[in-house]
Amino acid sequence: MKTYTNTGSKDTRSGFGDGLTELGRTNPDVVALCADLIGSLKMDKFIEENPERFFQIGIAEANMMGIAAGLTIGGKIPFTGTFANFSTGRVYDQIRQSIAYSDKNVKICASHAGLTLGEDGATHQILEDIGLMKMLPGMVVINPCDYNQTKAATIAIAEHHGPVYLRFGRPKVANFTPEGQTFEIGKAVHLQEGTDVTIVATGHLVWEALEAAKALNEKGVSAEVINIHTIKPLDAKAIIDSVSKTKCIVTAEEHNHLGGLGESVARVLATNKPTPQEFIATNDTFGESGTPAQLMEKYGLNSDAIVKACEKVIKRK
Amino acid sequence: MANTQQLEDITTQVRRDILRMVHKVNSGHPGGSLGCAEFFVTLYNDIMDRKEGFDMDGIGEDLFFLSNGHISPVYYSVLARAGYFPVDELNTFRLIDSRLQGHPTTHEKLPGVRIASGSLGQGLSVALGAAQAKKLNGCNHLVYSLHGDGELQEGQNWEAIMYASGKNVDNIIATVDLNGKQIDGATDDVLPMGNVKEKFEAFDWIVIEIEEGNNIEAVLKGMAEAKSKTGQGKPVCVLLKTMMGNGVDFMMHTHAWHGKAPNDEQLASGLAQNPETLGDY
Repeated sequence: MKTYTNTGSKDTRSGFGDGLTELGRTNPDVVALCADLIGSLKMDKFIEENPERFFQIGIAEANMMGIAAGLTIGGKIPFTGTFANFSTGRVYDQIRQSIAYSDKNVKICASHAGLTLGEDGATHQILEDIGLMKMLPGMVVINPCDYNQTKAATIAIAEHHGPVYLRFGRPKVANFTPEGQTFEIGKAVHLQEGTDVTIVATGHLVWEALEAAKALNEKGVSAEVINIHTIKPLDAKAIIDSVSKTKCIVTAEEHNHLGGLGESVARVLATNKPTPQEFIATNDTFGESGTPAQLMEKYGLNSDAIVKACEKVIKRK
Repeated sequence: MANTQQLEDITTQVRRDILRMVHKVNSGHPGGSLGCAEFFVTLYNDIMDRKEGFDMDGIGEDLFFLSNGHISPVYYSVLARAGYFPVDELNTFRLIDSRLQGHPTTHEKLPGVRIASGSLGQGLSVALGAAQAKKLNGCNHLVYSLHGDGELQEGQNWEAIMYASGKNVDNIIATVDLNGKQIDGATDDVLPMGNVKEKFEAFDWIVIEIEEGNNIEAVLKGMAEAKSKTGQGKPVCVLLKTMMGNGVDFMMHTHAWHGKAPNDEQLASGLAQNPETLGDY
């Protein structure tokens, strides 16, 4: 088994902030917009270095999406910043018409996704955003796993022409992927080779999947772990190749099982290679207040839950 | 730059185009299109400084954004007559595989269109973004936009109206088509608008009123005045009072033709009132 080391837990939103800062220094077309959440999105440094390329919109997310669409007309590459809830559901039609249908080069950067923003509770804990965004034709949907990967993804999406949804979070999570990595949109990353079960995970559940693989290994079960940082376009080949070997799969995400990564994987398998699958995801529910760790446990999103799902799916082979 | 008679001639032809387009497919929005014909014709043939051809970024020229996308017939006719695409293509309006979708879109790469519109209330935000991009690019040209009056019921407009003055976006001229009508009836019956001028002024916009929005001289004068007010630290709003269905007697003084096409007989009557000037497509 390969060993992965947490080099020091960090929040993925800081990966976004640091990636944006680097873009500010290297790409003069990059501009940033924020709806009154500069500190939460870690945009301070970009603003300090590029005040003329920053637009404080105020608490008006619909207007922010429209202004971002307009800024592309003239060659700018706008990065919008607010919470995932206010980046998607609140402004769905603005994104649909003014950005996606209009094929505008806007990067929708969404922090505080999922349950793990914690104590603020369900009004802010969106678990439907991946589904909303992946349904929009032409929208790329990315959910990186740690600080280093979020930074790399932020830098990479500036080079992709077209709308992108970049999802990240508030809590400090394990940072274990290489610093300065090259991020390839739509390319799955194999983290463990295995023969008994495939675990495909997205976001910080990739670390939980690695922990689960370790626990399974101690029980004599060989788990393959794949990091699906890009949910759309999905790396179907990586998934099909893996289940050709393992014959079963567990998907893991901090999102509703309706509309998330798991459903995208199920579609690929149903049409290419029908395979037993278990879903680590929330079960058509809203969240609630609590600490990130408490919420992960209560809603079944941690390594223990992944281990149980793997044992169950192996029996279904 | 065209003289007034030439602008009148284009307007008459545009009215014919609008009637024929919606008649052919028995759908579309002639009322608001006819009401804004003079505005569009003067905008594209006199007021705006436009480059030859079309590129999306539009650096070095004035830009226009249509927010109330349902008046696509007048937009398409004026774009075609201004040379953005072949006039014959008006024949494909709302048909399968056409670039002239029911509501304007960039999706089919129709020259002249820079944003999709139709779902209301979004155009002012987009226009403001484009105006701010112009400032970043050091481009001194202006951004124009058009909005329906009923459309102001959408809340996003007021986010944008507050932002424009708060951020000193003074290279935009946003025009509101004040025809007092929307699908369900008079705007004041559907949801009273109050005093639109005072509302914009309360948000610290410069407001120019064009009382005769269907009079080309009046539109030219009003828009020239609006232009002269740009660059003073404040956004500029034009309140354009128009008559829905203008130029076709039975379509005027009613909201009935907001989204309804004329039948054969009505088409003949409308065309007779607007004799061919530039040649039908």
